[in-house]
Amino acid sequence: MNSSEIPVLQADKVSKSFSGQRILNGVSVGLKRGEIKVLIGPSGGGKSTLLQCINCLVLPDEGSISLAGVEVDLHNKKSLYQLRQQVGMIFQDFNLFDHLNALDNITIALRKVKKISRTAAEKRARLELEQVGLGDKTDLYPAQLSGGQKQRVAIARALAMDPQVLLLDEPTSALDPELIGEVIAVIRNLAGKGMTMLMATHQISLISTLADEILFMEAGVIVERGAPSLLLVPGCGSKSAGFCDRLSELADGECKC
Amino acid sequence: MHAQLNAVVDAFPYLLFGAVNTALIVLAAMGIGLVIGVVVAIGLVYGPGWLKLLLSAYLWFFRGVPILALLFLFYFGLFSYLNIQINALAAVALVLGCTTGAYQANIFRGAIMSLPRGQFRAASALGMSDVAAIRSIILPQALRISIPAWSNEYSIILKDSALAFVIGAPEIMARAQFVASRTYQHLPLYLAAGLLYFLLTWAGISALRKLEHKVRIPGYSGEEQT
Amino acid sequence: MQVLTLSPFYHDLLDALNRGLLMSVALIVPSACGGVLIGILAGTVRAFGRPWMRSIVAAYAALFRGTPLVVQLFVLYYGLPNLGLYLSPYSAAVIGFMLCSGAYQSEYVRGALLSIKKGQYLGAQALGFSAWQTLQSIIVPQAIRRAIHGCGNEIIYLIKYSSLAYIVTCMELTGEGKTIATEYFRFTEVFAVIALYYLTLVSLAMLALKKIEKILFIPGFGRN
Repeated sequence: MNSSEIPVLQADKVSKSFSGQRILNGVSVGLKRGEIKVLIGPSGGGKSTLLQCINCLVLPDEGSISLAGVEVDLHNKKSLYQLRQQVGMIFQDFNLFDHLNALDNITIALRKVKKISRTAAEKRARLELEQVGLGDKTDLYPAQLSGGQKQRVAIARALAMDPQVLLLDEPTSALDPELIGEVIAVIRNLAGKGMTMLMATHQISLISTLADEILFMEAGVIVERGAPSLLLVPGCGSKSAGFCDRLSELADGECKC
Repeated sequence: MHAQLNAVVDAFPYLLFGAVNTALIVLAAMGIGLVIGVVVAIGLVYGPGWLKLLLSAYLWFFRGVPILALLFLFYFGLFSYLNIQINALAAVALVLGCTTGAYQANIFRGAIMSLPRGQFRAASALGMSDVAAIRSIILPQALRISIPAWSNEYSIILKDSALAFVIGAPEIMARAQFVASRTYQHLPLYLAAGLLYFLLTWAGISALRKLEHKVRIPGYSGEEQT
Repeated sequence: MQVLTLSPFYHDLLDALNRGLLMSVALIVPSACGGVLIGILAGTVRAFGRPWMRSIVAAYAALFRGTPLVVQLFVLYYGLPNLGLYLSPYSAAVIGFMLCSGAYQSEYVRGALLSIKKGQYLGAQALGFSAWQTLQSIIVPQAIRRAIHGCGNEIIYLIKYSSLAYIVTCMELTGEGKTIATEYFRFTEVFAVIALYYLTLVSLAMLALKKIEKILFIPGFGRN
């Protein structure tokens, strides 16, 4: 087997229940290097739980997670920390550290987790902040940043760890409409550089233009998967097409208001 | 064990009568404190600069000197120096009242300042005088928000009232100490006194919680809607 | 060169008060440190402990917050001898102050810990922080900033309540002053001067607290 065929990240038959309710039911997703997959579907369908299971912020009840073909030992804390270092995560509500400025939000993990010296960490952090267009905001604290700026710091923070894969959990959902564009631009830029990504999103433009594969999730199962060119054909009767139609109607409606 | 229980049982009615005095001290002090607190808070927020300075000095003094020192200063010192005849109970109520007045003023000031500025402006726009606006628009809101902090103040003053025995006011502690020194059953008597205070704290706080519930306005938190 | 000659009364008074001041400081410093330590332990258990531990520590806090400090001191100093346990005035006072102050401190520590949002833990975990690293770099720095105001004010209260040591015959500022006042029968002057001593201590502590809060200040932090 060609080594490039081995997925960078593979989740196999992942299941998770919360207080008796099955949220994920044997979901499998694999990402090859440079691939971008987009999770869509109704809220409560398990997209967020799947993403959290993949980097073990929530431990799966069943199933396995493999990084570059090596299965992660879910019962070993060290291997979980290792996994999370290599899998970046972007949250809907940013989760920036409120007591640290933009620069230190990035340096703290480099210094504490990767044990990089302060000078090297700061150099790297400045570079990453410039990449997301925030080179002049290094000293500002989260409370002084707009939502879009916070999310860009969060992305820079994840990228500074040199992750193999980036997981994005509705990165634009908590943003005011006029701030969504700046975050989308950063994500597009990442895609252009060949970043491997798994993203849950309701942004039509991201779904239709970036996705190599669309995964439609409903009631804890992936019920439809395929390239946008196949699934999003108008009138093809796929769930994904119907879902995206409703999203764009909503978006249009918002614009008219 | 038997002797200890007996000592407490025998002394209990006597302690309870002390509890009545404790309750009187606390009620009077909280009442005095409420009046002082409201007036001082209004002065601190709306008054001219010299008044603010004067009132701040009052707050600084009563918030910075221990109750014990205040009791000695006023009861054995100033009151007798100025030839004021006052019994120990009243003296304690006065000193505690002035102290809690300083703390309550701070609570009410915070509450008034937390109200949206538009409230006062809207009242003025309706043609209300400043006094009317403060009385019927600002205070009803400010006092409502202050109830939780006020009930905290109650429990502090109740506990501080246990110091009254040092100037001979016949409240719970004075009586517990009196009986203890005769029967040598210090531990059970002070535990009983502690229990009485605990009950009084609990009773007062639940009464104030009821009051808070009763004067509640649906959906009102006193903060600006965002 | 003697610029100012003090009357014997003021000479005695200042002598006694300075002695008392030393004792007061000797009471306050260990009590404040012990109180903060107990508060951190008790507050952490109350926030994150197992249910049975939580209820025990909550009962401790309720007990010491629900009864007057005088009663606690009386129990320690006059009550415990009934059980054959004798404490010196100084140790009774310090133990009482620590336990009482710790109960109040635990309230602020608990509140601070519980007010840290879940996202802060998630954000750290997602970057590969271990539990210990999360505690050290994220939780503790945030909790300190949220608790400092309450905990600092508690220490200021403690400065004032240290005067209660006099009641268990530990001769600090108030006790030394009372002796002189009784001897000369000049309560007004004595206690006015004592008030000044306490006002100075409290004001210094308030300034220090403000300074610390300013050092720890982070724009927009703790507003929600």
